[in-house]
Amino acid sequence: MKKTILVALLGVLAFGLVMAGCGTGQGPASTGKKIMVWHWMTDREEAFEELARRYEAQTGVKVVFELYAPSDAYSQKVRAAAQARALPDIFGLLGEKRDFAAFIKAGHIASLTEAMNASGAAWKGMLFEKALAVNEFKADNPFGVDAGIYGVPIDVMNIQMLYNKKLLRKAGINQAPATWSEFVDACAKLKAAGIQGLVSGWGEIWMIDCLASNFAFNIMGPEKVFATFRGEVPYSDPDWIAVFNLFKEMAEQGMLANGIVTMVNKTAEQNFANERSAFAFNGSWCVNVYHGMNPELEYGVMLPPKVNVRNNAYIWGGAGSSLLVNDRSLVKDDAIAFLKWLTDTEQQAYLSETTRNLPSNRKVVGKLPEVLSEFAKGTDNVTHPNVWPVNELPKVIERFDKGIQSVIIGEKTPERLGAELTALKKEEMAKK
Amino acid sequence: MIAAKISQFYNFLHNAPPKQKIFFGLGLGVALEVAFLNFHDSMVFWFVAYGFVTSVLLFLVLTNIFKKSLSSFFFVLPALAIFSIFYIYPFFKVLQLSHHAWDGISPKMLFVGLGNFREILQDRIWWVSMRNAGYITLVALTLQNVLALSLALACDRQIRAKNFFRVIFFIPPVLSEVVVGLIWRWIYDGDYGLLNHTLGLIGAQDLARSWLSDPKTALTCVAIIHSWKGFGWGFMILLAGLQTIPRELYEAARVDGANVWQTFRNVTIPLMIPVFVLVMILTILGSMQVFVLILSMTGGGPGYHTEVPVTRILASMQGSSMFGYACAQGISFGLILMMVSFVQMGISRKLKQA
Amino acid sequence: MRLNKYIFAQHASGTLINVFLIAVAATCVFPLLWMFGSSLKTQSTIFSDMSIIPSSMHWENFYLAWTKGGFGMYFLNSLFYTTIVVFGIVIVSSLAAYAFSRMNFPGKNLLFFMFLAAMMIPLPGSFVPLYVLVNNVRNVLLNVLSAATPFLLKVLPDHIVYSANSFIESQFYPRTAYILSMINVGLSFSIFMLKTFFDRMPKELEDAARIDGCSRLGIWRHVALPLAKPAIAVIIIYNALNVWNEYILANLILSSKNLMPLQRGLMVFQGEHITQYPLLMAGMTITVVPILIIYLAMQRFIIKGITAGAVVG
Repeated sequence: MKKTILVALLGVLAFGLVMAGCGTGQGPASTGKKIMVWHWMTDREEAFEELARRYEAQTGVKVVFELYAPSDAYSQKVRAAAQARALPDIFGLLGEKRDFAAFIKAGHIASLTEAMNASGAAWKGMLFEKALAVNEFKADNPFGVDAGIYGVPIDVMNIQMLYNKKLLRKAGINQAPATWSEFVDACAKLKAAGIQGLVSGWGEIWMIDCLASNFAFNIMGPEKVFATFRGEVPYSDPDWIAVFNLFKEMAEQGMLANGIVTMVNKTAEQNFANERSAFAFNGSWCVNVYHGMNPELEYGVMLPPKVNVRNNAYIWGGAGSSLLVNDRSLVKDDAIAFLKWLTDTEQQAYLSETTRNLPSNRKVVGKLPEVLSEFAKGTDNVTHPNVWPVNELPKVIERFDKGIQSVIIGEKTPERLGAELTALKKEEMAKK
Repeated sequence: MIAAKISQFYNFLHNAPPKQKIFFGLGLGVALEVAFLNFHDSMVFWFVAYGFVTSVLLFLVLTNIFKKSLSSFFFVLPALAIFSIFYIYPFFKVLQLSHHAWDGISPKMLFVGLGNFREILQDRIWWVSMRNAGYITLVALTLQNVLALSLALACDRQIRAKNFFRVIFFIPPVLSEVVVGLIWRWIYDGDYGLLNHTLGLIGAQDLARSWLSDPKTALTCVAIIHSWKGFGWGFMILLAGLQTIPRELYEAARVDGANVWQTFRNVTIPLMIPVFVLVMILTILGSMQVFVLILSMTGGGPGYHTEVPVTRILASMQGSSMFGYACAQGISFGLILMMVSFVQMGISRKLKQA
Repeated sequence: MRLNKYIFAQHASGTLINVFLIAVAATCVFPLLWMFGSSLKTQSTIFSDMSIIPSSMHWENFYLAWTKGGFGMYFLNSLFYTTIVVFGIVIVSSLAAYAFSRMNFPGKNLLFFMFLAAMMIPLPGSFVPLYVLVNNVRNVLLNVLSAATPFLLKVLPDHIVYSANSFIESQFYPRTAYILSMINVGLSFSIFMLKTFFDRMPKELEDAARIDGCSRLGIWRHVALPLAKPAIAVIIIYNALNVWNEYILANLILSSKNLMPLQRGLMVFQGEHITQYPLLMAGMTITVVPILIIYLAMQRFIIKGITAGAVVG
């Protein structure tokens, strides 16, 4: 027994030495430039590596993509590296605009405004405005960041409603509902046919936040929502109660999938892909997901039903993921050149095709598959917390989303939630 | 001269009654805290922190030299070295951050003294999460440990196929959280769930529900999965404990005419008390700090019904960029865990003496 | 008549115990079977075809998982880390636990208390200071290396110096940092666990060894360790599982793909949006096997512990 352990240990040590051999091969021998990229996008690893190969073949610059997943672990790594000033040349950042601003103010992110506007704003003109907006800081932004563009969107996403065409036909519904009352009717018909209504990953609270703010924008218009964030309108306002009441109605009329309040989005996606629910609320990344789970799924894209028919419908959208350049990087200009190349038509078409995402380059849109181009049509209705002039406090957002969960399970009335949020908001504003 | 003084001081500390030691420790802690509060400048903080650690270590080494027990001290030296590098610095850093309002990114931090801790006291949801973790711990202490003990006892006896069972019971701890989450979410599912299906078969459809999103059942369901996932460790440690009881003692008891229950009471239990304490402490620590399972099962919902302290800490750290506050939550949570564990150890020591 | 009753009672209790064991065992085996079964399905059948054994078996998933996840390198890395870390923990923690249990020296209670406390205080933000620490030490090391290089070049051939430097920078240092921090993670638990078992062990054998002239280190090695085999088996299993499944610290400390452990390979299948379930399940099945083997190898010591110890003593 002792011998076996000894042999095993020796084996392992021998392996260590072999590794040493491998390690030295890639040492100082290469003299060319090297760009280090950190990302968390697991499903794009192969595509990125292929693109890195192509770039090296074209320019001789070596690009190394290092993947750190899952996203929580990635986030921790980036923040820790920022503290140690050991960020790579290019990296992605997960989090809200506030985190983005903090990184810029700490000097970790280079401004790309100049590069974007160079030679008649050629680069800027190539990209979707709404995708760029997420990475842009306007003059007099509340974070005190110098105005400019700080990130390059590599794809575009938006979050809309989906409907299963087959299930709707089965329940005798010929057209996707556009208004709230049509939506309620459709769900009643589906229920009569024994089909579940809406499914979504509302265990991940930000998805609740997303739909609730879509409704709020539609009912009261953006200005009043922002006024609420500024503390000028209370959450007990009838308009907000109306928003909460929609969720109450959905729950009481049995329009929601069973267990939706603790469902993670991946479960919700299985549910919709396996035709167990007729509607889903999900982002454009789902095209790739559903394609893998059920290639025969017949579904269409629609805007969330309008409650106030005179107002616009709103959805969240913008850049799916963006890459940023480290301001302290020694190869900053090469990094920017690489990102420019990455968002060029050919590369964007390749990325879009292999990962079934909406490209951030406008010229590619013509060649998209059907469902994706349906998603692309929602672009005019797109808004995003990152482009709002003011954002709600994180604590209030959490209580808001969790409160809607409580409304759905019948634990709180909309009025009580409104009153609670008003009190909390007052408390938090007083702390500022 | 110095040698005598240091030895004298050590003897004074060593021979002090336990109550005085506790007071001395607390006093030292408070003194350090007051020092941090008054000289919160970073340099001073590190000077005090390192000065403290270095002087304690130096004192220990010196007394060990003077008392000629250095060779014993060498046995703990490797552990101490690794520990001081990889634990003590992060510990003091977290302690320092817990006195600051900091978003986790910007180079500037705002000193807020005990402000974070004051806010914790008023954070209603934090205490709800504490209560939830307490509930999960109670379920684990009873369900998980009873299960582990009875299985260990069963496998300790001569039964057929016990090797087989020993392997099987270790499967849950080995499984990835992803698989556990998928399987149990499917069992508890409201529509297609195995549990509801079974209830339907035995004619108890009324009980069927969406188990994880019903506030009445969510926490208990999570606690049960947690106990199921963890009992393998308790089983293994208890079995190792049972196996180290000399067989001769059982023989002797049998010769004396003791029945199974009497043997269990008079031989097994007294010898197993230290192992019980170990398993209980590990259960408490493991259950209070549970979070991966929660995140994969319910995400803390519905509402705040399955939130636990660690998910709250993560929420402050990642969701709201309140890094300093998260550190303060970690520290106060650790203090509470420490109190619970030591009270538990004290109780079992009393039990052992009785 | 009485005898029959007794035998019946024993049979009944035996059957009852067996039924109980089988019931619990079923809940434990099922997920494993499901995982294995799912690894043979496709992405579209995995949640629609609920049978444990699918009608068409996709064995190629295992091959795909191995190659797509880049398991070859990661597997060896994990093996390397797990062996070294577990070996380190066993040595370091058993030395310390033995001293805490059997010896008397100033500071004993204080230090033991410190290790216990470390087990109890979760340090949520500790990854930032840990990263900064590892990175700063690395920078110091690199500075020292580059300062030493001119002198070394005078005595050693160029390529040896350069490759040694690059080996230390890209292989030796990150691996050592990761290994040491993983040893630190498992230390408190192992010391606590081992001390509990050392405390319960009879002292007679050690006394006998001492009289025979055995040194303290010798007693630890030849008497205490063999006696504590069941407990050591438990900490080997515990720590092996811990290191094998670890990815947070690995992500943080290791900075390049060819240093990463096995969990990094599994992450490839769990995207932000897309999870490739069959490949993930195949990968997980592959990952579970070594741990089960370690457990099978170690559980013999849990069972045979006391007799084996007596023989060696």
